[in-house]
Order: sequence, then C-alpha cells, then structure tokens
Amino acid sequence: MTQGPVQLRTPLGEEVLVLRAGDHVELSGIVYTARDEAHLRMQKEGIPFDPKGAVIYHCGPLVKDNRVLAAGPTTSARMNELSGFLLDRGVRGLIGKGGMGSLVREQLRGRGVYFAFTGGCAALASSHMTLKGVFFEDLGMAEAVWVIALDRLPLVVGIDSYGNDIFESVRRHAGEVFQEYCQKQAGPEACENK
Amino acid sequence: MKDNSPLYAALAGATFQAFREAAISLPPDVLRVIDRAAAAETNPVARGEFANILKNVKAAGELGVPLCQDTGVPVVYLTLPPDVPLTLGLYDAVAEGCRIATKKVPLRPNVVDPLTRHNTGDNTGPGMPAIHIRPGERFTVTVLPKGAGAENSSRIAMLLPSHVYGIEGFVVETMLHAEGKPCPPVFLGVGIGGTFDLAASLAKEALLLPVDTMTLFEQQICDSVNKLGIGPMGQGGDTTALAVKVKTAGCHTASLPVAVNVQCWANRHATREVQW
Repeated sequence: MTQGPVQLRTPLGEEVLVLRAGDHVELSGIVYTARDEAHLRMQKEGIPFDPKGAVIYHCGPLVKDNRVLAAGPTTSARMNELSGFLLDRGVRGLIGKGGMGSLVREQLRGRGVYFAFTGGCAALASSHMTLKGVFFEDLGMAEAVWVIALDRLPLVVGIDSYGNDIFESVRRHAGEVFQEYCQKQAGPEACENK
Repeated sequence: MKDNSPLYAALAGATFQAFREAAISLPPDVLRVIDRAAAAETNPVARGEFANILKNVKAAGELGVPLCQDTGVPVVYLTLPPDVPLTLGLYDAVAEGCRIATKKVPLRPNVVDPLTRHNTGDNTGPGMPAIHIRPGERFTVTVLPKGAGAENSSRIAMLLPSHVYGIEGFVVETMLHAEGKPCPPVFLGVGIGGTFDLAASLAKEALLLPVDTMTLFEQQICDSVNKLGIGPMGQGGDTTALAVKVKTAGCHTASLPVAVNVQCWANRHATREVQW
C-alpha cells in the first residue's frame, strides 16, 4: 500500500464493501467481544446490542477493575458454524485471528469483511481500548460479551466481501508444497494420515 | 505440610512469582530466536506481524501486563531435592500459588469442567494445575502456562515402527493442518517413543529446552515446516516455525509413538528456586 491505512468507524456501512483482502485498516468505535459460549447464548436468547453495522471481536479479554488489561484475538475458526446468524442480522465486520472457513467466506459476500489482528498481541491491543460495558457476565470473563471502544486498532483485511481470502491463498500454497514434499521426501506413506 | 508451614508459603510464593514472570515476559532464548527471524523475514505482511509482536513484548514489559490475554492453563514442573518429601501438601501449595497469580497478575480464569463447561474462576480444578514432579538437586518450580490456540493444534500418532522416516512428515502435516490457528511462528515440541501418554509428555517438556540451538535432525524438520510458507498468523511468510525441539524415550519394538505439542510464538515459561 502506498497510502496509509484506511480509517473506519463503527457502526460500519457500505464502505466495507470496497475493502480488499490485504488492505490495512485502523478501526475506531464500539466492538463487541464474543467467543463460542456467547455465540451460542446469542443464538438462543437474542443479540443484546444493535447488530446493524456492528463489529464482533473474537476475543476473551483479561479485565480488571473495569479496565481491559489484555485483549488479543482468539482463533476465529471455532466460530465457523456460529457466525451466519450475526451477518444475517446486519453485522458488517468480524475481527479475529487465523481466518475462517469457506462457509463464512460465502456469508460475507456482498455484506461484510473479516479483519485479522496479530495473535498474542494483547498488551498492544489493550493500549487501543476503553471498556464500556458487558453482557452475559455469568459466562465468565473469557466468554462474556464485553463492549469496548477502539481507538485506531491496526488491522488487515483477511477476507473481503468479494470472496478474496489471504488465508485461503496461503492454505492452497501450503497444500501444494506438502503434496510435493510427500512425493519427493518419503513416498506417499509419510502422508498417510492426511 | 500445613497451610501455615514455611515450605507451603515458600512454594506458593515461588509458583506465583514464576507465573507472573511467564505471563509478562519471554525467556531470553525465545526473544533471541524471534529477533533473529524478524530480521531475516522477507515477506512484507510477515514483517508487519513481527513488528506487532516486538511492539507487544515491549508494551507488556512496560505496562506490567500479560503478553497475551490467553494466559493459558497452568502446567507446572517441580524438582524436589532429597530433603523435601513428596506430599499432597506440595500439590496444594502449587494450586495456592496459581490462585494467587490468577488474582494478582492477573491471569484469565481459563479452567472449566470439561463437560458442564463451568468455570472454576481461579484456574484450579481436578487435575489442574497439571503438576509433574521429579527428583533433583535443587527445589525449583517451573511454570509453562499453555494457551488453547496452540494446544488445540497439537497431535499424536502411533506410527508404524518401519516408518521412522515418516516422523518428519507427521510434524510437517501437523503444521499444514494447524495453519494460522496456533499463532505462528510456532515452536514445535516433538516427543518420540515411550508410550502413547509419555510421547505427549515429552513433546511438552521439549518446549522447555533452549530454543536458540537445534540439532541437525531438529533443524531439518524446522526447514521442512518453513517450506510450507504459512508464515506469521497464517498470512504467509518465511517463518512458520521458529524452532523444533525433540525429546525421545525408549519404546516397544512394535511401536513408534510421535507427539507434536504446538506452542505459539509466545513460548512462555519461567523457573523459580523455592527458598525456605
């Protein structure tokens, strides 16, 4: 990129539809953390915030004295089967790490994007955050839905609304390398567990 | 050993201190390996990820907060000198150190009942902390807080004994399946031999070995993993694995257990001497 990162503020609208996989973005405004248990609870009992243009952060933060101490992304793939209902209700952005499956890639088409944030960079993330509230606190600190105001959190567009997916390109390449490796190094037996 | 005995307090205190150190800072050999890889990385996206990682290590140290919000589940290794008897009290003291660390560092309460998923709130529970005890010369406590993203990518296989050459392939394949999920660039602990359970224990213990040197065998596996090009966070790059460390044990002539314990770039561990 020759220009600086794209500045975005929640709630997100159609501006996300022009983003392309690999674009750098700085996101400001409210996001909602949600992991496995929160997704299940929202499916059952409803979404406790306005989902229109909302951004979900796959994160179980470490919170103390109403402050976010550490809040890096969790593995998004665990939410592969649990994200469709949120996008159906108007959610425009998902943030996490490791990318998501083909189901989510299709669900994002024409509607929203998946942002990647560097895994494990929880101290860095918290320096861009202010805690605003919480839902489902009974699920425990990691699984509750925390309401967090972001100030220019640096992200990369991992999956765009056209179906481009940087994780998928890397995955495809790695698969090809592995097939070649199996044939060259050790014969197909070496890869029998695949 | 009673709650108010000097030994109990010393072990609980040392365990707490070790958890604090492990959560906030990385061991010097781990940092050296990350610095080296960051300098050598040629992929621009990957260089950006390394920059974030190095900024994060600095921020955690300056703010005194955990590197990662996933402060893991508590895995603890104790060495006992001849004059310290192995008692249930040792287990209680380690659990107490873990509870104190959960409150004071703080650590995120991660430990739940495996079936009801009820969170115990203090990172202890039946079998947790996972405590491994061995005899030694000095009384030390080593903690290895283990995050779930990397742990969930770990695998074990009972290979055919005639397929020793397949060990490397199994490690490479483990990373192929893991992709960006375990927060690469990773450290890979590989346990070879023993039994089904021992191979897994060896794989985890291998993560405690110095990571800034590798044997030829380890280096070859590491190079093969890096050819996958998965890169930091699965977004592509030269560095998928920072190091591979192997531990072996004797095994049945008809067996070849191989376990791969995947560890994120934050290979957190710390050791404290227990003084009482």
